[in-house]
Amino acid sequence: MSDDLRQIAFYGKGGIGKSTTSQNTLAALTELGQKILIVGCDPKADSTRLILHSKAQDTVLSLAAEAGSVEDLEIEDVMKVGYKDIRCVESGGPEPGVGCAGRGVITSINFLEENGAYDGVDYVSYDVLGDVVCGGFAMPIRENKAQEIYIVMSGEMMAMYAANNISKGILKYANSGGVRLGGLVCNERKTDKELELAEALAQRLGTRLIHFVPRDNIVQHAELRRMTVLEYAPESDQANQYRQLAKKIHENGGNGTIPTPITMDELEDMLMEFGVMTAVDENMVGKTSSVAAAV
Amino acid sequence: MSITAEETQEQIVAATKARNRALIDEVLKVYPEKTAKRRAKHLNVYEEGKPDCGVKSNIKSVPGVMTIRGCAYAGSKGVVWGPIKDMIHISHGPVGCGQYSWASRRNYYIGTTGVDTFVTMQFTSDFQEKDIVFGGDKKLEKIMDEIEDLFPLNHGITVQSECPIGLIGDDIEAVSKKKSKEYGGKTIVPVRCEGFRGVSQSLGHHIANDSIRDFVFEKAGAKPREFTSTPYDVAIIGDYNIGGDAWSSRILLEEMGLRVIAQWSGDGSLAELENTPKAKLNVLHCYRSMNYISRYMEEKHGVPWVEYNFFGPSKIAESLRTIASYFDDQIKEGAERVIEKYSRLTQQVIDRYRPRLEGRTVMLYVGGLRPRHVIGAYEDLGMNIVGTGYEFGHNDDYQRTTHYVKDGTLIYDDVTGYEFEKMVETIQPDLVGSGIKEKYVFQKMGVPFRQMHSWDCSGPYHGYDGFAIFARDMDMAINNPVWSLTKSPW
Repeated sequence: MSDDLRQIAFYGKGGIGKSTTSQNTLAALTELGQKILIVGCDPKADSTRLILHSKAQDTVLSLAAEAGSVEDLEIEDVMKVGYKDIRCVESGGPEPGVGCAGRGVITSINFLEENGAYDGVDYVSYDVLGDVVCGGFAMPIRENKAQEIYIVMSGEMMAMYAANNISKGILKYANSGGVRLGGLVCNERKTDKELELAEALAQRLGTRLIHFVPRDNIVQHAELRRMTVLEYAPESDQANQYRQLAKKIHENGGNGTIPTPITMDELEDMLMEFGVMTAVDENMVGKTSSVAAAV
Repeated sequence: MSITAEETQEQIVAATKARNRALIDEVLKVYPEKTAKRRAKHLNVYEEGKPDCGVKSNIKSVPGVMTIRGCAYAGSKGVVWGPIKDMIHISHGPVGCGQYSWASRRNYYIGTTGVDTFVTMQFTSDFQEKDIVFGGDKKLEKIMDEIEDLFPLNHGITVQSECPIGLIGDDIEAVSKKKSKEYGGKTIVPVRCEGFRGVSQSLGHHIANDSIRDFVFEKAGAKPREFTSTPYDVAIIGDYNIGGDAWSSRILLEEMGLRVIAQWSGDGSLAELENTPKAKLNVLHCYRSMNYISRYMEEKHGVPWVEYNFFGPSKIAESLRTIASYFDDQIKEGAERVIEKYSRLTQQVIDRYRPRLEGRTVMLYVGGLRPRHVIGAYEDLGMNIVGTGYEFGHNDDYQRTTHYVKDGTLIYDDVTGYEFEKMVETIQPDLVGSGIKEKYVFQKMGVPFRQMHSWDCSGPYHGYDGFAIFARDMDMAINNPVWSLTKSPW
């Protein structure tokens, strides 16, 4: 593993567009001459489909289960090379409702490190599922893993809740390890005052909104073809947006901060300030609609 | 001024109490303040007349100390379920738990191992990384199929959960139900005895008792076995047949005219478990590990239960008479006949060993009920218990202990390695009775030692036959010439 290896990770609420944003951004990073490895850390194993043009990649864990144990695998078995020589690995995991997906992430990342998957690349990017639900999913932010975390969010309330929660996770490991919050990436949902809100949240979390990615249906068109926008329509405005984000991330090395997560009350106050949320009438809490109507 | 014998005795007791209190204070000194405060509640000097021993129990051990306790899995697999001989007990999880508890408890049984009985065999699902990640339910199904193929004479299966099963949320209940149906209604018992549950093995006993209730009694009730009752049916509960204990107990009950319809779990079988609610009386040896199921049978099936103690002739006679009091004169006479029959043997044992052991002091630290139950046997040989304590006892154990210990006895609950060493060093007993982890520490200190969990590869110690062996073993340990040959070089 080279000393100047950059390790980054994308976190964020489920369905916010982490995998799309990360694959497009990483595709743009190759234009800056960077050699990249993507490590998908979601049991759904959909972090690399746009790069590989495939539905789902064979995962480290499914192959390990077939072979007997992870020690029986070779790195070539699990690593695929896709668009612009981006290397792709999916950790995988059990079907929903059984086993321990968190342990799966730990097993996979240890395997990749021990078997030289990180040799000869400039960037390792981890794409992690929605919430840091247990120690396994915190693996990419633990010591000597990702140096910077980028939180993908939007102006929706739950996405901001999630961003704040992830910041708490980062804060925990920022003190024991070297992980920092690289910034927020706002994936536009066209909610009210979205840009202002994202900037305000970034400020409260002690970081910055590194890029505001506007909504554009071309992303959907590219996705249906299992391609990144960079590959599908390299001249489009949207491709340029991802190029800007890639450049900002590339130049952001070492500029991460230790996040300052806020309390739920503070977050709600902020949302009220922006008129996203109205003040809760304490008398109404826990009352059903029929009861409320009667009052 | 003349001093009467009573006054001298009083002075001795007062001096002992003062020494023991000072010893507790000294032991606690090495601990940080918070630890000392916590441990202080577990150490005491017994005051005659008090309803219990004045110690807290069944509380989480202090982190950082060496505790002798086990875990819930140990309580279920090692104690309650493991000795049931005609069932196969799967240690479900990584290999270590099954491997290191393999046949370590000397539960004797009759049968052909590997054909119709399986106690000394180890069955494990040997979890690998992939079983953790993807769950182990499919593997469990496969193991059960293999068991059915390889050991067709097994009468049932239990699943003894190790820690990871609870962590990853495997559905062993569903697997057990499915396979039971597939094998024509075979008894398959999922036991949720994950090691991290509870503070010691004690919760494992309780969980295992509950699983007998839910998966054996309830199930057998639906499809009863053929059974002819007699008015003298009893079941032995909580004798693990260590070194043959249950056998030397059972014969006494049979000789007094009772019919033993079941014995658990040592040398026990599934059929015996199922028949137990039909007993007229449950005679309970290990109260700590089996009181739960005894209480259940009392409530649900109306079977009374009585505790007994077959260590040493005094307690045996007392217990036989107590058990007989539940029956008619024929049995009462039977009890007297048995006591009389063995009195000559008993007297010979006492005549031979008491002079060699009279006045010797003993410190005990064991599990289950032995910290109190064996006291009578020592006293029959003229020996004195100067300290005792339970690994995983509850308050009701310490209440019962008051019937056994003398004024001023040192009491230590969940004693730590350090505390026990320090106490033995100060008190200098003639014998320590404890487990394998303590054995070599004290022998190296030059203190005679007997393992009181496993009878040190000897036994049985229960019953009249057991008493003879017990007396021989204690003499062998204490009066071994080796102790006069060991001289410290400093």
